[in-house]
Amino acid sequence: MGLRSRNSWRRKGSNKLDPRQRQKIKETLIESTLFLSALLSVVITIGIVCVLMVETYEFFKVVSLTDFLTDTEWTPLFSEKHFGILPLIAGTFLTTLIAMCVSMPIGLISAIYLSEYASGRVRATIKPFLEILAAVPTVVYGYFALLFVTPLLQKLIPDLSGFNALSPGIVMGIMIVPIISSLSEDAMHAVPVRLREGGYALGSTRLQVALSIVLPAALSGVLASFILGLSRAVGETMIVAIAAGLQPRLTINPLVPIETVTAYIVQVSLGDTPTGTIEYMTIFSAGITLFMMTFVLNIVSYLLRKKFREVYD
Amino acid sequence: MIDKKRRSRLYEKLFSVMGLIITLLAVAVLLTLIVDVLMDGASRLNWQFLTSYPSRRPGKAGILSAWVGTVWVMVLTGMMAFPIGVAAATYLEEYARKNWLTDLIEINIANLAGVPSIIYGLLGLVIFVRWMDLEQSVLAGAMTLSMLVLPIIILSARESLRTIPFTVREASYALGASKWQTIRNQVLPAAMPGILTGTILAMSRAIGETAPLIVVGALTYVAFLPTPPISLEPPYFSLEGLSDPFSVLPIQIFNWVSRPQKGFSVNAAAAILVLLFITFAMNGIAVYLRYRYQKKLRW
Repeated sequence: MGLRSRNSWRRKGSNKLDPRQRQKIKETLIESTLFLSALLSVVITIGIVCVLMVETYEFFKVVSLTDFLTDTEWTPLFSEKHFGILPLIAGTFLTTLIAMCVSMPIGLISAIYLSEYASGRVRATIKPFLEILAAVPTVVYGYFALLFVTPLLQKLIPDLSGFNALSPGIVMGIMIVPIISSLSEDAMHAVPVRLREGGYALGSTRLQVALSIVLPAALSGVLASFILGLSRAVGETMIVAIAAGLQPRLTINPLVPIETVTAYIVQVSLGDTPTGTIEYMTIFSAGITLFMMTFVLNIVSYLLRKKFREVYD
Repeated sequence: MIDKKRRSRLYEKLFSVMGLIITLLAVAVLLTLIVDVLMDGASRLNWQFLTSYPSRRPGKAGILSAWVGTVWVMVLTGMMAFPIGVAAATYLEEYARKNWLTDLIEINIANLAGVPSIIYGLLGLVIFVRWMDLEQSVLAGAMTLSMLVLPIIILSARESLRTIPFTVREASYALGASKWQTIRNQVLPAAMPGILTGTILAMSRAIGETAPLIVVGALTYVAFLPTPPISLEPPYFSLEGLSDPFSVLPIQIFNWVSRPQKGFSVNAAAAILVLLFITFAMNGIAVYLRYRYQKKLRW
């Protein structure tokens, strides 16, 4: 009886699922699981956008968009509240500008040097150092900016205040150098050798080949690296939270304390701000401002890189 | 004519010297940073420092709860982000058809990799801390960091899967293996060293992350350890530690840096030495893995 029923079960089962079909179902199940994992990244993006929009919507019920965009003071933590985002954007703009002034020339020149001049041995020695530079946690750079670079700069510029935009800007620039130099170098490396040989055959020097053949050919890759660096600078948080001071100020003077969009979010998060208060909502309005800035930069950089890959791959 | 030639030769020499100097400048800054931190903090680094809780007196303070918190958060982050990241990368490299959805996922991952880390903190704060009511727990922190490292792991795992030549897959199909059998038994094992390298690098980035954890609500003063997962008394195994509040090394450093007293900045320097040691060790392992398998595997 038991045997028969088992057999009949088996026969019935095998009518439905022979091993090949079962394998097929398993394969489909696995593929769907993998697909869902890939889709999770889209869900995260949707989550970010929704969370920021919902909380910002609450914020704009209280504060008008005109105030937000045109008021020149940002004082949500004081009793007399102003909600103008401009001072925070100015702080972000200032530190980012200083960082790019440091990182673009240094990153580009070292990329040209490593790609066109350096021997294999020099490259093999220097590149690991650049990789380590990129791996240093940002809180460490913050320490360095506040307790080493600022005192050093104060010897040169006596007017420099203990917290300022200059020192974190410079340190942030150094932090971004490896990003720009390694991505630009990749772009230059991908330029076909025959283009260079053409230049040499016409009697050009290495510098002439580098500047008038390789650099233009790799331009979209180099630009993409600049924009990626820019996006990193805009979103950088700990260096400015530690060394730039936490005083929102609408200024382009790099010698006085300022506050960036990112540093403001940290400042509020450190305190005990209850959910649902206006102070709490401000970090999301600051967050959405930050997200939109970096979003545009990231997409532009992605499209540039993609275009570049299509040309030479 | 000759003048022009001489001038361009001069420029050539000038640039080869200037290029080297400027490239070395970046290296010099790195060395300055390390020497600066060593001089400030090396004397403070001792056993007492590693095994004490934070304290109001800098001389008595330590980083015990900070480094234990870091280990907790990192292990959990890896356990969540690694399988999901590898699964997503496998789908995109091995299964995905070329259509608008795949394009969307790709551009989306590239964008996520560039989203400032503090934005992930805001997402974690709303979804994990508030909606899922996990409060300021180890689990909420680890889930936030998992989202942060996920795109990095996916990107590097894809890169690694791409290096496996198609002949390997064809050989496996020729022996009658199905698609998943081919991937599980041939492609993934061959790509694993590269995937691990990428994952270690991603984790070494996560270990230094401060901002998202501050937003999620990691504490700056923790004078206890999370409940350990394994104990000698029944029930031997506990997940209670997941819901305990926590601190991590970078947050402890940030806290000490923000204080004006000299003693605390010395503590910060000493804690930075520990953090840098862990970060560099992880990078070293990753580079070694990459180097070793690059040499061994020649398709």
